[in-house]
Amino acid sequence: MLRILHDTKYDFIKWWKTAAILTAAFIALGIGSVAFLGGFQYSIEFTGGTLMQVAFTQDQSSADVAKLRTVLENGGAKGAEIQQFGSPRDFTIRAQNAAGSAGAEVTSRAIEADLVKAVGAGAFTIVRTEAVGPRVGAELARGAYLAILISFFVTMLYLAWRFEWRFGLAAVIATAHDILTTIAFMKLLHLEISLTVVAALLTVLGYSLNDTIIIFDRVRENLRKNRKEALYDVLNRSVNETLPRSILTHATALAATLALLFFAGEVIRPFAWVMAFGIFTGTFSSVYVASPILLYIEQRWPRSIDGKAQPAGKPSMSKPTAAPARG
Amino acid sequence: MSNLKYRLLAIVLLVVASAAALYPRSIVERTRRNGVFVYDTVKRVPLKRGLDLQGGMHLTLEVDESKGAIADKSGALDRALKVVRTRIDQFGVAEPVVQKLGTDRLIVELPGLEDAKRATDVVQQAAFLQFQITDKTKAFEAVAPRLDAIVRDKKLAKAAAPDVRGDTAKGNGLKSLFAGADSSKKGADTAATASTGPFQRLVVASGYPGMYTVAATDEAELSGYLENEDIKAALPPGKVVRWGADSIVASGRVLKSMYVLDSRPIITGDYITDAKPNSVPIEGTVVEFQLNNEGGRRFKNETGKHVKDYMAIVLDDRVMSAPIIQSAIGTRGQITMGGKDLASAQDLAVVLKAGSLPVPLKVAEIRNIGASLGQDSITKSITAGLIAVGLVVFIMIGYYRFSGMLAVAGLILYILFTLAALAGFNAVLTLPGLAGFVLSIGIAVDANVLIFERIREELVHGKSLRTAIDEGFRHAMSAIVDSNVSTALTALVLYQYGTGPVKGFAVTLLAGIAASMITSIFVVKTFFLVWLNRNRTAEALSI
Repeated sequence: MLRILHDTKYDFIKWWKTAAILTAAFIALGIGSVAFLGGFQYSIEFTGGTLMQVAFTQDQSSADVAKLRTVLENGGAKGAEIQQFGSPRDFTIRAQNAAGSAGAEVTSRAIEADLVKAVGAGAFTIVRTEAVGPRVGAELARGAYLAILISFFVTMLYLAWRFEWRFGLAAVIATAHDILTTIAFMKLLHLEISLTVVAALLTVLGYSLNDTIIIFDRVRENLRKNRKEALYDVLNRSVNETLPRSILTHATALAATLALLFFAGEVIRPFAWVMAFGIFTGTFSSVYVASPILLYIEQRWPRSIDGKAQPAGKPSMSKPTAAPARG
Repeated sequence: MSNLKYRLLAIVLLVVASAAALYPRSIVERTRRNGVFVYDTVKRVPLKRGLDLQGGMHLTLEVDESKGAIADKSGALDRALKVVRTRIDQFGVAEPVVQKLGTDRLIVELPGLEDAKRATDVVQQAAFLQFQITDKTKAFEAVAPRLDAIVRDKKLAKAAAPDVRGDTAKGNGLKSLFAGADSSKKGADTAATASTGPFQRLVVASGYPGMYTVAATDEAELSGYLENEDIKAALPPGKVVRWGADSIVASGRVLKSMYVLDSRPIITGDYITDAKPNSVPIEGTVVEFQLNNEGGRRFKNETGKHVKDYMAIVLDDRVMSAPIIQSAIGTRGQITMGGKDLASAQDLAVVLKAGSLPVPLKVAEIRNIGASLGQDSITKSITAGLIAVGLVVFIMIGYYRFSGMLAVAGLILYILFTLAALAGFNAVLTLPGLAGFVLSIGIAVDANVLIFERIREELVHGKSLRTAIDEGFRHAMSAIVDSNVSTALTALVLYQYGTGPVKGFAVTLLAGIAASMITSIFVVKTFFLVWLNRNRTAEALSI
C-alpha cells in the first residue's frame, strides 16, 4: 500500500496567525494594485464594446503591428486597440462602440474597413466578432454579482441545515476569502474579467466549499465520537486525517487544470489560470481560514448541552484546556 | 447474491441507455446548396454544439425607442418575432433560434452563418413598403422661401452643422466652375445672400412633379434641417419629403433625388403575398411582387385614379423608384433595384414576403464565431481532455493500484454517463462547458478518493476486508453528498443567472455531478462487490 502523509499529527491550526498575515498581505497587495494602478480590466461583455479576433495569413512583425495600430487609431472606430492573441498571426482588436442608436454592428464594420485599408482584403480573416451594447453589458455584470451573492446565501442555508450555523458561517467566510484572494490574483496577473472568468470564479467557490465540507464533515464525526476532546484538537485531527485525500484530489484536479492551461487554447487560458489558483487558495482556506474561524465562533458563541451554556473558552485561539462538546 | 445481480443489471441498463443516447443518429438538416434549400440527412452524434463551437452568429436585437416611445412593446415584439422568424427561415440556416428575451429584446441564433453583415441587414430591416403619389401642386416651391426664413431666423445653419455648411459653400463654388450648363443654379449659388437660403439654393427641380435633385454632399445638411420641429411644421400639409435610395451621376456630379409625396400611401406592403427577385433587360435587377385579392382591388382602384401621375415606391422611407402610372395596375408589380445585385434583390424579396417589422429594432449584441475557430476549440478541448484523463489515470492507478483501476473504470463510465445526460437533455455544449467537463474529470475521482481513504482507515483499524469496504462506503457518504449538493447549488445559481456559454457550463457541471455520484457510490461499489464475490477468501485488497 503506497501511502503519503499517513497518520500525521501536524499542528496545523497553530500557524493560523502566520497564515492570516500572509493571506491578508496578498489581498492587500491586490487592493493596493487596484488603488494605485487602476481598476480591473473588464471584458467587453461587461463594458460594452466590440472585440474582433483576426487571423492574418502571414506573421505580423512588430513593425506591421505598429502600422496597424496607427491605421486603427486614425480609423473609424473610437479607441481601437490591437493585441496579439497566441501566435503572431492571431490578434484581437477591441474598440468602444460608436455613439448613437445605430447599434453595435457599426464599429465592427469600421474596423474591418480599416483592416482592408491597411493590409488588403485577402490578407486576413475575421474569425470572431463580439459586439455588446452598454445596456446588455450592465445587465450581465449585475447578473454576475447576483449569482455570487445568491450562491453564498444558498450555501450558507444548506450548511446550516446539514451541519449547523457555526459551520455554515465559517465555510462562507472562507469562501469569501477565496473570492478576495482570487480577485487579487486576477488583478496581479492582469487577467481580464469576462463571463468565463466569472464562471471559473464560481467554480473555485464550489471547489473550495467542497474542500471545507470534507474537513467539516470529519470534524462533525469526530465531535460525535469524542465529546470530551477540545475543538482545537478535533480540528487538527480532522485536517490530518483528511490530508491524504486532500493531496490526492488536489493532484487530480490540478492535473486536469494544467491540461486545460497548456492545451485547451487561448480562449480558455484565463479560466484555467483562475482555476489553478483557486485549487491552491481553496485548500489553504479550508485549513487556515475556515478552521480557525470555526474555532473563534465556537469560543465566542459556545454550543450548549441540555440547554446549559458551556463555559466560554479563552478568547485567544491557542490550544484550550476546557473541552467544548457537541450538543 | 441476487442483490449483486440486480446491481450489475442496473449498470448494464445504464450503459446501454447511455450508448443509445449517444448513438449517431440520422438528422434531417435544412441546408443551402447552390442557393437552393435542400433537406439533407446527416449522421452524427446527437450532441448539440453551441455557436462558439460550430461557428455562427448570435444576435440580440433591442426595440429601438430613439425615434419615439412604443406603447405596447411586448405585443409588438411578439409580432416582430414572427416576422423575424419567417425571414430567417427564408435565409436557409440549419437550426435557427429566435427567442424573446424579457419584454424588449429578441435573440437570434444562426448556426453556421458566416456573412454577418447580410444577416443583420435582413433581420433588422423594417421593410415597410408604401406606394405614394408624387406631389403635382408645386407645394415645395411655394414653401421654400418660408423654410429658408426659418433656417435664417432660428440660426439653424450655424446650430445644425457649421462644418457641413462651410464645406458646402466651397463645394458649390467648385461645382459651379465645372458645371457651366447649370446656369440657373450657378446664379442661385452666387446670390447666396440673406434673401435666399439652403432650400432655394440647393434644391433643384428635376422637371418631374414632386421630384428634385440635390448635390449628394448637401444631403446631410438638408436632412438635418428637415428634422427640425419648426421646419416640419412649415412643410405643406398632407405632404412628406423623402430621399431617394440611390445617388445619380449626371454630368460628372453626384446627385441625390429628393421627393415630395402625398403623405397618404395608396397602398402598403401589408398586402404582399409573394415576392421574388428577377433580372430583366432594361431595368436590371428587380423584385417582382404579388398582392392578395383585396390589395389588388385597392391597387387597381387607386392607380386607376392616378393614371399619368408618378408613383413613388417607398421602402423604409427611402424612395426606390418613381415610375409613371401608364394604366391601372392589378395584383402584380415590381420594384427596380437600381444598380444592386441579385443577392440584395433576393434579400429584399425575403423581407417583403415576411412582412414589415412592427417596431424598429437595433442590434444590441453580436457574437460571430468562424467555423474554423469553433473546430479549433473542439480539437484543443479534446486534446486537453485526453491529457487530463491520462494524468488522472496515472495518479489513481499509481497510488491505489487495483482499486485505482476500478476507479478508472468508473471514470470511463462517468464520461459516458455525462455525455449521455447532455445528449438526453438536449443540452448545448459550449466552450466553457467543455472546459468545465475536462476539469470535472479531475474532480470526479474525488468521491473515489474519499471512499478509498476511508477503506484504508477502516483496514488500519483492523476491520475485516468486507466490513472495511462496507464501512468505507457508508462513512464517506455524508461528505460526498454534502460536497456534491453544495456544488450543484452553485451550478443551479449559475444556470439561472448565466447567459449563453456560461449556461452551457452550468449544465455540464450539473450533469457531471450526477454522473459522478452514480459512478462512485453505486458503480464502483458494485465492482468491489463483484471482486469480493470472486475472492471470498481474500484477506488483502490492493488499495
